[in-house]
Amino acid sequence: MADKGYLPKEKIKEFVEALGKDATVFAPCLEGDTIIFRQYTPDKEISLDRPANTPPKGAIYPQCETLLSFEFKKEADNPQKMDVELKVNTDFPKAVVFGGRPCDARGFTVIDRVFIDTDTADPYYKKRRENTTIVTKCCNGPVAGCFCVGVGGGPAVTEGSDVVMTEVDGGYYLEAVTDKGKAVMSLPMIQDGASYEAKAKAANEKATAAVRNPFPEGADKISAELFDSGDFWGNVIEKCLSCGACTFLCPTCYCFNITDEQAITTGDRIRSWDSCMFQHFTLETSGHNPRPAKHKRFRNRVGHKFYYYPEKYDGAIACTGCGRCIRYCPVSVDISEIVGYLRDPKADPKAWAAKKEDAKN
Amino acid sequence: MTGNQNPYLPELATVTKVIEETPNIKSFQVVFNDAEKMKNFTFEPGQVGQLSVFGVGESTFVINSPPTRMEYLQFSVMKAGEVTTALHGIYEGDVIGVRAPLGNWFPYNDMKGKNILFIGGGIGLAPLRTLILYMLDNRADYKDITIIYGSRTPPDLCYKDELKEWEERSDVNLILTVDNEFPGWTKRTGFVPTVLKEEAPKADDTIAITCGPPIMIKFVLEGLAELKFPEENIITTLEARMKCGIGLCGRCNLGHKYICKDGPVFSLKQLKELPSDE
Ligand SMILES: Cc1cc2nc3c(=O)[nH]c(=O)nc-3n(C[C@H](O)[C@H](O)[C@H](O)COP(=O)(O)OP(=O)(O)OC[C@H]3O[C@@H](n4cnc5c(N)ncnc54)[C@H](O)[C@@H]3O)c2cc1C
Ligand code: SF4
Ligand code: SF4
Ligand code: FES
Repeated sequence: MADKGYLPKEKIKEFVEALGKDATVFAPCLEGDTIIFRQYTPDKEISLDRPANTPPKGAIYPQCETLLSFEFKKEADNPQKMDVELKVNTDFPKAVVFGGRPCDARGFTVIDRVFIDTDTADPYYKKRRENTTIVTKCCNGPVAGCFCVGVGGGPAVTEGSDVVMTEVDGGYYLEAVTDKGKAVMSLPMIQDGASYEAKAKAANEKATAAVRNPFPEGADKISAELFDSGDFWGNVIEKCLSCGACTFLCPTCYCFNITDEQAITTGDRIRSWDSCMFQHFTLETSGHNPRPAKHKRFRNRVGHKFYYYPEKYDGAIACTGCGRCIRYCPVSVDISEIVGYLRDPKADPKAWAAKKEDAKN
Repeated sequence: MTGNQNPYLPELATVTKVIEETPNIKSFQVVFNDAEKMKNFTFEPGQVGQLSVFGVGESTFVINSPPTRMEYLQFSVMKAGEVTTALHGIYEGDVIGVRAPLGNWFPYNDMKGKNILFIGGGIGLAPLRTLILYMLDNRADYKDITIIYGSRTPPDLCYKDELKEWEERSDVNLILTVDNEFPGWTKRTGFVPTVLKEEAPKADDTIAITCGPPIMIKFVLEGLAELKFPEENIITTLEARMKCGIGLCGRCNLGHKYICKDGPVFSLKQLKELPSDE
């Protein structure tokens, strides 16, 4: 099987439908002026023009899913006694994530370390991840907010993808990254790609050079002193609404809640995305809450991605620089600006407030 | 775990006995419905389980029977919110779900040959109970065992039968206290941290293990510092809101450690090295 190919633009639909022959395809679909990852059906319009508003995270880690179902059953010879029967279904269809970006694909690798590389692996995520082929579109260049190169990524980085496609000459140069990806290359509409390789390489280099790096001194450990400063966090997050948009749109955020739903004698135990930006996330029954104030919650969010997670996983950063939390935060909280500041050992927490005042005037 | 590949899947278990410990605490003795699993089940003192009332949810409780007594697993539940209230409505013979064992445990091997000081308040005696019973079942391995235990009023003391037993043993020094004078109460009164100061146990060669309400722990830790207990000899178990119990759902972290998986048992020394939310 070839590991290089070329796909003319007009064959995209045909390609996606071929991918969907024995799999569910998730693709970025245009809805009004937003682009959202949806389960593809022929009536939908795929858009690869810019990164989607949502990441494709839900394809492998659905926003809501059933962990188990239960049924109460009366014992035939003892009407006083109720038995419980439990059922688990991990019989998921094959899937393809088509048209995500390199930061989206890397997002899955962040979740993999937590959900798969552990002695208590998550069977639902693991099964879906194994069942899914990831066909990623490299970026022609950044959009506002992007900073992938500052966190070890880039517009053509292949980590997490099975196939990467680069826009060249009215079509896409395709390269298989894994064996799963090689299987995709054997589809009939894929043409020989070798002659496009050099052009694709040049396009990717150009795109990479165009992405800003908010941490030019390297993605090293942040200043512990500043990290511990309540003043600093109070200032940077004053305007936050605790809406959780940043976490729900993030390709790497994976926190969840588990709840039971019951109808008479049957019910489901459901897992759904949660957000560390919500006050009830850590609220204990006694009323005690280790992170009652939003600056403590935000500090945990930034700390998790840039400090705690790297400490646990050999320096890997749990942010892929997709920029969504910056683009879509209703009050424009900018994580790259805040982390950039945290990396500066000479930074003064009080100066942050002054700087912000200046910017206003 | 009980051998389930799926860490979210509870083992079905039948409640064989319900004990009313205090007006708001009940103990549940449970046995897995699968006899083979019950036979092969092992755990360490201090590990916890997630109990399910199907349709209501799951909550975390320490397995407070010791691994040296495996006829059943015992959990004690203080009525607090939804799941704990539902558990209080469970009768003998009812089926619940158990995910266990979860979390780490007391470093009981490192405690061998030492004096042991237990300091507990209210339901906080539950995690200490498993270790106390384990040590009493291996009594020769440990030197002096002292237990300081208190609650608001005498009816609020847990495990009353056992307290009586321990009181009568010559190889256990049990000190009971309640917050205020109470009709018929002839033992000590005063808060646990105050009693600790009055007793002033020696720090030499002694491991202190404490669990109770946050405010009690705070003052107990201060008291132990005054008594010159080194931080590595002070052990406590932490609490946090939990869901998954396996380090995935993200809510119980202290820096990069998860209380559900890396804890709940920590030494004071370990805690001081972690970033806190305070
Ligand atoms: C390691 C550990 C050991 C514990 N051992 C015991 C014990 O032996 N006996 C006992 O009575 N209590 C124990 N608790 C506390 C007990 O788990 C909570 O009181 C209980 O979860 C409250 O649940 P609820 O549904 O009644 O309350 P609700 O307020 O309805 O809570 C909703 C849900 O949030 C979660 N939650 C809320 N507060 C806590 C909390 N403090 N800890 C963990 N999860 C929480 C649970 O999933 C709970 O079902 C322990 C907690 C921890 C963390
Ligand atoms: S933290 Fe923001 S920039 Fe980083 S991966 Fe998440 S949404 Fe993207
Ligand atoms: S999107 Fe912005 S306002 Fe909403 S929780 Fe995140 S930082 Fe706060
Ligand atoms: S309870 Fe889910 S991470 Fe600890």
